[in-house]
Amino acid sequence: MPPVETPVEKWAGKIHEVNLGGDARRLVVGGETTLPFLHFEGAIPHPPAVAVEVQDRPPASWAPELRASWGEAMEDPASWAKKAVEYGADLIVLYLSSAHPDDQNTGPQEAKKTVTRVLSTVDAPLIILGPGIAEKDNEVLVAAAEAAAGRRVALGFCEQKNYRTIIAACMANNHVAVAKTPVEINLAKQLNILICDMGLAPDSILMDPTTGALGYGLEYTYSVMERLRLAGLQGDKMAAMPMFCTVGEEAWRQKEARATEGIPAAWGDIATRALRWEELTAMTLLLAGADVVVLRHPQVVQRIKATIQKLMTKE
Amino acid sequence: MALTGIEIYKHLPKTNCKECGQPTCLAFAMKLAQKGIELSKCPHVSPEAAAALEAAAKPPMRLVTIGVGDKKLEVGNETVLFRHEKTFLNPTGIMVRVADNQPAAEVESLVAEVASYSLERVGMELRPNGFAVDNRSHNPSSFAQCVATIRAKSQLPLVLISQDPSALETALEKVGQERPLIYAADSHNSEGVIKLAKKYQCPLAIRAEDGLGQLAELSDLAAKAGVEDIVLDPGTRGFASSLEALTQIRRLALKKNFRPLGYPVITFPGEGAATPEEEVLLAGEHVAKYANIIVLDHFSPGHAYPLLTLRQNIYTDPQKPIQVSPGMYTIGSPRDNSPLLITTNFSLTYFSVAGEVEASGFPSWLLIADTEGLSVLTSWAAGKFDAEKIAKTVKGFNAQDSVRHRKLIIPGAVAVLRGELEDELSGWEIMVGPREAVDIGGFLKRVWAN
Ligand code: B12
Ligand code: SF4
Repeated sequence: MPPVETPVEKWAGKIHEVNLGGDARRLVVGGETTLPFLHFEGAIPHPPAVAVEVQDRPPASWAPELRASWGEAMEDPASWAKKAVEYGADLIVLYLSSAHPDDQNTGPQEAKKTVTRVLSTVDAPLIILGPGIAEKDNEVLVAAAEAAAGRRVALGFCEQKNYRTIIAACMANNHVAVAKTPVEINLAKQLNILICDMGLAPDSILMDPTTGALGYGLEYTYSVMERLRLAGLQGDKMAAMPMFCTVGEEAWRQKEARATEGIPAAWGDIATRALRWEELTAMTLLLAGADVVVLRHPQVVQRIKATIQKLMTKE
Repeated sequence: MALTGIEIYKHLPKTNCKECGQPTCLAFAMKLAQKGIELSKCPHVSPEAAAALEAAAKPPMRLVTIGVGDKKLEVGNETVLFRHEKTFLNPTGIMVRVADNQPAAEVESLVAEVASYSLERVGMELRPNGFAVDNRSHNPSSFAQCVATIRAKSQLPLVLISQDPSALETALEKVGQERPLIYAADSHNSEGVIKLAKKYQCPLAIRAEDGLGQLAELSDLAAKAGVEDIVLDPGTRGFASSLEALTQIRRLALKKNFRPLGYPVITFPGEGAATPEEEVLLAGEHVAKYANIIVLDHFSPGHAYPLLTLRQNIYTDPQKPIQVSPGMYTIGSPRDNSPLLITTNFSLTYFSVAGEVEASGFPSWLLIADTEGLSVLTSWAAGKFDAEKIAKTVKGFNAQDSVRHRKLIIPGAVAVLRGELEDELSGWEIMVGPREAVDIGGFLKRVWAN
């Protein structure tokens, strides 16, 4: 019997280390020199971070189970963020949803106020997302960037059709950009290149490859992320950004997390099924290389935190 | 792993005697690599070289069959580490553990629940694959009795779990001809258990407590004793340790062609998890990263459904979406005043919509456009589900002959197409449906009831 040699891959590349947060609380993501959780092969200096999604007004469309889990905290983004940190959030994703023209169409003033309040309530680093309409994103994110100066937050989404204003705001205030592309490896690299060409450093970018939920495109996201991570480790610096996944948003949009009537018994009860749906989506994408998973349900936050800790511990 | 011509050439006599009909040994090797000639055409290959070539031509991970008949489980034969390289082939077998010290009534209800568990997703049946009977009682006759209780309720494949060869044999006397997986030969009982696998011609699991070196040794021992169908348990149980071991086994088998570990792997996530919820997560890790068989300690629909869905996701081809044929579909028995909806021919999209329309209780017409298997927004963004395509689909499948009204319901996600569509389809009213299929029932009640 020949001895069993440990099959170690030699990687030339390293995932960029992205720093977030202010003096009171810093967070670093990325820095891996091996595939997810393969401690025998390389370094994983920072565990993947768990982010909790907080919206700047109560999200009426969220599933009842989800709304009940946060209760009154949802009335105020600062209390909501505070509670999220108590549940173990490493960082907060603050959605400025009210700025959407179909919502309350709020503007830069309100954005500034919300961001300031959240930042003064929690030390945890922040990722601030606009409502997803180019001109409104630019308006509210520029205001947010200024309000958050000195706290190194991340701003998104930068998309191919709209990134310049947001990148300029990142550069002016030393913030991080979240670059989002639709499940395609070349588009992801291309956008990173465009952003770096503007002058933002590669270690100031998180990339969002677009999340598909379990049963709703997860397999596409999974494979695109594996390919991006392999490319990054093989030395492609424009594919070596830490990856960011909006797990909760996608999982809770699906029928499995919402439907209570006329459901086959094989689906099980709604609470069990919905929580597992979010957890398994997160788990699978962590194995594909997610560095930040954005979650919604407090119990899921706790379970995924505990699981990451186990994945980071060599037994 | 297929050998290259050069690799084959190294094993040939290199005399260029031409007796094989080829000008040189190298030419012969090249032809053999392309499977254009038989190795036997060369009279001069040594038996050792022939054996080496034959072994090298075997798949790097053996295909192992557990059970017999149409419910049998085939696992292994995987050829890649990442699913974007090539589709994973044989979906992870999911078995549910049954302990033989449980009261018979409990066993019966668990077995009945698992055996009848089945659901349809994207037109495919999802179900667990069998049972792992565990000799917790340490009593051979309870073990055999438990196997009989299961068999009275279900014919699904079995794993027989015991350390004790005599307990295993009492069970094998009952079901040995059904190819159960014998679990497991380890460093204490290997001799007796390997004998059983030989005697009953059953697949054999081996378990190491002490690393992959020991696993390889035990596997080599079993193979030398003539057991061909082997399943590996590296003995690791935790999140990090099992990911590490399973990754190393898969790499050694596929990239190093390391024969002693070229077999499917079995895991027990319940043994590494503190709660049933955590067990699902660890099982999920194992579905994604390299388990071929998973034994679950807990079974409940709310846990089984997401896990089976994950298995379905991981084992599909990421390059070629599963599609349905374009055309006019009927849900229930629609009449000329029934709703008419349109969507794309991505299977997932079609089944999501068809399921909701059916549940709404409104018999309906459902038009399926040819979007090359892309979802609504993907195909819209790719220019394959625009106003022109939708209009062409409506006319091409003669929707105007099926319905008397002129109302077409489009997905909420492509509401922007409405104006353009009303230009393309003159005389038609375009109704924007909800964004998510789950809201179709409520929508139809609101807009179609009168
Ligand atoms: C998986 C995926 C892919 C897969 C393809 C999967 C497939 N077979 O379609 C891949 C990786 C190949 C892909 C490619 C692209 N994608 Co894509 N993709 C996704 C992803 C992650 C999930 C899509 C999915 O499967 N949804 C599940 C199905 C069931 O949803 P659905 O078809 O919409 O159906 C639902 C509803 O619409 C409704 N419904 C459906 N029909 C009907 C009918 C009626 C009458 C009603 C009432 C309701 C209804 O019911 C369903 C369930 O609720 C989404 C983002 C996301 N998270 O959703 C992006 C997304 C759809 N992709 C997008 C894009 C841009 C692309 C590309 C064009 C990118 C590019 N430039 O290369 C390519 C195009 C492909 C090509 N060039 O051929 C964008 C579209 C942007 C937009 N808003 O227009 C999205 C939204 C990502 C994003 N945010 O940017 N993609
Ligand atoms: S018969 Fe064998 S030894 Fe002779 S040329 Fe062919 S391959 Fe070479």
